[in-house]
Amino acid sequence: MARDPQRPGISTTGRRAGTFCLVLTVALAAQATRVQFFNAETYNDNPANQRTTIQRYAQPRGNLLVGADPVTGSTATGGRYDYKRTYTEGPQYAAVTGFSSQIFGNTQLEGTEDALLTGTDNRLAGWALWDAISRKQSPGGDVYTTISKAAQQAAVQGLGNQKGAVAAIEPGTGRILALASTPSYDPGSFAGSAAADQEAWNKLQADSNQPMLNRALRQTYPPGSTFKVVTAAAALANGVVTDINAPTGAPYPYVLPGTTTELVNDTSSCDQPNLDLDTAMTLSCNSVLGYLGVQTGLDKMVSMAQKFGFNDARLDIPVRAARSNFDTSMNQSQVALSSIGQFDTAATPLVMAMVAAGVANNGTVMYPQLVDKLTKSDGSTIQLMKPHPYQQAMSPAVAGQVQQLMTDVVQNGTGRNARIAGATVGGKTGTAQHGVDNSGVPYAWFISWARPTGSTDVPPVAVAVVIADSEATDVTGGGLAAPIAKSVMQAVLGGNG
Amino acid sequence: MATPSAVATARREPAPRRPGSGRNTELVLVLGAVAIAVFGYVEVGVNIDGQAPPDAAGYGAALGALALFTHGVIRWKARYADPLLLPIAVLLNGVGLVVIYRLDRATGRNHAAPTQLLWSTLGVALCVAVVLLLRDHKILQRYAYLGALGALVLLVLPIFFPPVYGSRIWVTVGPLSFQPGEFAKILLAVFFAAYLAVHRDSLALTGRRIWRWELPRGRVIGPVLLIWVAFVGVLVLETDLGTSLLFFGLFVVMLYVATARSGWIAIGLLLASAAAVTVGWLSPHVHSRVQDWLHPLGSIAAGQGANQIAQSLFAFAWGGLLGEGLGNGHSILIGFAAKSDFILATIGEELGLVGLLAVFLLYALLVGRGIRTGIALTDPFGRLLAIGLAALIAIQVFVVAGGVLDLIPLTGLTLPFIAQGGSSVVTNWIIVALLVRMSDIARRPPLPAREA
Repeated sequence: MARDPQRPGISTTGRRAGTFCLVLTVALAAQATRVQFFNAETYNDNPANQRTTIQRYAQPRGNLLVGADPVTGSTATGGRYDYKRTYTEGPQYAAVTGFSSQIFGNTQLEGTEDALLTGTDNRLAGWALWDAISRKQSPGGDVYTTISKAAQQAAVQGLGNQKGAVAAIEPGTGRILALASTPSYDPGSFAGSAAADQEAWNKLQADSNQPMLNRALRQTYPPGSTFKVVTAAAALANGVVTDINAPTGAPYPYVLPGTTTELVNDTSSCDQPNLDLDTAMTLSCNSVLGYLGVQTGLDKMVSMAQKFGFNDARLDIPVRAARSNFDTSMNQSQVALSSIGQFDTAATPLVMAMVAAGVANNGTVMYPQLVDKLTKSDGSTIQLMKPHPYQQAMSPAVAGQVQQLMTDVVQNGTGRNARIAGATVGGKTGTAQHGVDNSGVPYAWFISWARPTGSTDVPPVAVAVVIADSEATDVTGGGLAAPIAKSVMQAVLGGNG
Repeated sequence: MATPSAVATARREPAPRRPGSGRNTELVLVLGAVAIAVFGYVEVGVNIDGQAPPDAAGYGAALGALALFTHGVIRWKARYADPLLLPIAVLLNGVGLVVIYRLDRATGRNHAAPTQLLWSTLGVALCVAVVLLLRDHKILQRYAYLGALGALVLLVLPIFFPPVYGSRIWVTVGPLSFQPGEFAKILLAVFFAAYLAVHRDSLALTGRRIWRWELPRGRVIGPVLLIWVAFVGVLVLETDLGTSLLFFGLFVVMLYVATARSGWIAIGLLLASAAAVTVGWLSPHVHSRVQDWLHPLGSIAAGQGANQIAQSLFAFAWGGLLGEGLGNGHSILIGFAAKSDFILATIGEELGLVGLLAVFLLYALLVGRGIRTGIALTDPFGRLLAIGLAALIAIQVFVVAGGVLDLIPLTGLTLPFIAQGGSSVVTNWIIVALLVRMSDIARRPPLPAREA
């Protein structure tokens, strides 16, 4: 056979074939590194990748606690998602907990504290680096809420079948003691991913009563006469009124500036000029407070409202509250209407509770907080709630004057239904007309605070109650809302005594 | 004449220095391979049930006995064989059994791993038989044409059976099913090696010259092309593209190794592209595979959820560097082919990039040892056969791993030794047996008489 000296032999071509095979292997290794190392996060984060979800439900979720008792739990499902959320008293605490659903995600505290509850929060890791390498999943941590079981129970029972909400705050610290919204729902009914869960969700979504709306945090209502507390505070703080028992110079009838419309009162007792502030608050006189609002002026009214939490779009407790509104650009007649809680003024029950709490805390509004502490699953504390001031709304002296006004409302005026034996109670009623030609059932409001008689300490509780829709025939803040506020305050005072 | 011979000498393997037979190395490595497989089996149990599987000891004993028996036979009948071949095969097969067992646990059907163990035993038995019965690989050269005919029959056979998952590559007899294409690949390698060993010079040197190409004579290249076209035709009819690609790659590599004409590679690539375009144009099946390759996440964007490739990539990515640990992954989300074509994704997810690269390294070592055996042999047939068998493994690993890693379009092949599939594991054990036999001859020290 002819032999070509230029032609390499099999030893050479075989080696080249070997090199080719090596190149194939290197290509595979490079692609594997690309997929598993450089691009891993993109693939892990893809919404079609079920692994994140599987991992998240692979272990029991941490719990939300009221006092020392969990109001949540976890149960093994036996499905692809090992554990699902359970709730011990779902409807009662739904406005606090929100829901954690395998299909519909997480809301409220379940949402804001999700990383801690699922165990992905870095603070849970014992040895962060090692845990990251070994892929050890930390057990979920626990969230202790500031909620008082007794206050929450009183709020939910008080609301009963009516459509409404309660927010209660400890004035000295900003701790939220109760957060209730009715009608409520059971977040456990759709925690899983079965057809029944989907069905329960659809039913809740279709319910015209909006049971899943958190009325205490996420819904604003015209505050009506309860806003007069803010107006009175602004008038006193800015020297428009110095003595609550001295004539204010308010005219009667009070014609809204620039119009021919009279600002009418609900009681004829208010229909006289030159009333003093204390009487005007006790009787809830629109003409006087509207006049005082205008005298105080737009800027100072806005400033005072904002110190209580109005116009704050980022009020996180840590669940974000809806923005309460007090317009910053108005003519004088609009200022007058806004000063009695009408026109565009709208507030969440939370912010109205902050108003009562700020007055009770000698003028300092504390930042409202729903979380007391965060712990690891073994109980060791990761983070402890520290009270911090939101705003200094007024001086302690002015606060004392407003406290006196509110005490008189309960003692002698429209808020008598909130009187508690053995306690000093300050409050303010509100009955807000709304709807076309005020045809809707009015919103019944009551804000208040209470302390044991004889005590000079900061009151342990401030409450805001709103009833948005009731079967009752006589809808007034004093009639409907005040008794609920009373029972919530009693629950807190009783707990303290 | 001095210069070429000097070059030839320099390129030759280092002069035999009477190496140790390597049998003790092999023994240690085999025991290590068994230990790793048993450890993996225990890990699956611990991660899924919180305790070692009750039959772990039995499993280890069975695997150990098989491996040691084979080692004994090699020690007895092929004592100079490459000591890495058997340990690598045992380790890959052991890892495969563990991963299949792990996937069994996720599917609730508990019989794939025992079945695979049965097939592995058969494979090992055939491996032992080949080592015992085949004294010299050159005997195979005599039966090359018969083998080619047999391979053709094997490949045509599945046409008479119903298609499985869109491909007519299975022969089903009662409860048993096997892929004849797997067996055919050895026969084909033997035929190519035998034919090219005889005709390599005429293929390389003779023929008409057209422009710059020297074409071989028709009667020389004719039979090869004819057989090759027949194979590819059948395979296209069966829509088994993975096997077509494998045979084609084998053909081109062996042709180049035999003739050293890089022109063959150019022609091969040209033919391959033409075939790929034609098939892609004719077959919507292939077209969609290419689309999936180019846009693995496209089905998600289209709102149809993750397809197999996307699921496979998710599994690999989730494994990251070190993996989730055996039993802790979710590669079962990939779906029906999780134990066969996509088994690599489970390795990637549960053993991580580190484990995956280790597996690639094992294959590379196995292939490297095969090529080395080929280079060390002296007869052209043996050289071509060993290199061809090594290339078979390399190409098969690349085609299937590249497919599931989205490096190339997915064509569907089994991962040698690891994937579920009886015909595959048996075939690969026979390949190992042939390499053991050939390496024994290649590494056998010259007879003392000659040395003197």
